[in-house]
Amino acid sequence: MRRAVTIILLIILALGISRSLAKIPFGAHKTKVGKYYINEGIEETGATNIVTSVVLNYRGFDTLGEITVLFIAAIGLGAVLTTNVKGETRKIQPASLVLYTGCRLLFPLILVFGTYIFIHGHLTPGGGFQGGAIIASGFLLIYLGCRERRINRVASNLIESLGGLTFVLIGLLGLVFGSYFLLNFLPKGTANTLLSAGIIPIIYIAIGFKVGSELTSIIDNLIEES
Amino acid sequence: MSFLNSYIYYIGAFGLILVGFYIILVKHNLIKVIVGLGILDTGVNLFLISVGYITKGTAPIFSRPGIDSEYMVDPVPQALVLTAIVIGVAVLALALSLAIRLYQHYGTLNLRKIREQRW
Repeated sequence: MRRAVTIILLIILALGISRSLAKIPFGAHKTKVGKYYINEGIEETGATNIVTSVVLNYRGFDTLGEITVLFIAAIGLGAVLTTNVKGETRKIQPASLVLYTGCRLLFPLILVFGTYIFIHGHLTPGGGFQGGAIIASGFLLIYLGCRERRINRVASNLIESLGGLTFVLIGLLGLVFGSYFLLNFLPKGTANTLLSAGIIPIIYIAIGFKVGSELTSIIDNLIEES
Repeated sequence: MSFLNSYIYYIGAFGLILVGFYIILVKHNLIKVIVGLGILDTGVNLFLISVGYITKGTAPIFSRPGIDSEYMVDPVPQALVLTAIVIGVAVLALALSLAIRLYQHYGTLNLRKIREQRW
């Protein structure tokens, strides 16, 4: 009964969507604002990766909100999972020697790769969110390969808080030096060099540390529980 | 055939969204409902990216000087999806942690058997 009602509901939904989508052409220029960002982005922000300049300069306040959503999700997960009393600790079977050595060999390389991704966020594809996710995947590898290793909770929370604080402080410095929150007050430099684009690389490094430590603490909480 | 060529990404994206809705509404296992949530999330991301696509488009990155900006895709939906993917991972982790708690409290993941969750 419920299945039939659901299918009828979804068919009605699909018909409505298809009628409205038929008016949106695929593969054509649609918005003026995207064109504006592509044409004026380099002069206005100094970043050659236009997506980065949209994320951190034109819509930087929005990104602060999204960071907050991620923070609240991590906090909620910690609050839900750490309320119970710890039961008996299960015996952990250690990983084999090949896996153990391989994980320890790959871990620093993954960290270096993640750092490269978020430092070059304004020049190449990538940025703080992607670099943070790569760093968290390195920690996940350590959790799977070296079973008894754990991260330092205090250091993780400290890095997470400092990352968020750096973002907000740089935004407030924009109010001090100029007229609005998240003003790009540093010199923009020449495009296509590492030290360019003003505040964008600094904020992306802060976001990289924040996202990396947040996702690592999520992994840590879930592995503690299982 | 040309219709299929021009709308295949929209059809695929909304196909994923409808599959996600179907799983969320019909399935009884909480883990399956969370998997449906993930599929729905993927469909929304794919739809946003395909709206911003331009025929013969390239990434909006001026990786070398003098690159042609005529065929660059719209950067705004890409910027939205970039953060939405990470947030989607965090929200899935939160949902899974709630599922762990529910299992410890009720001893089952079947939503039909949890009295407060029945509809």
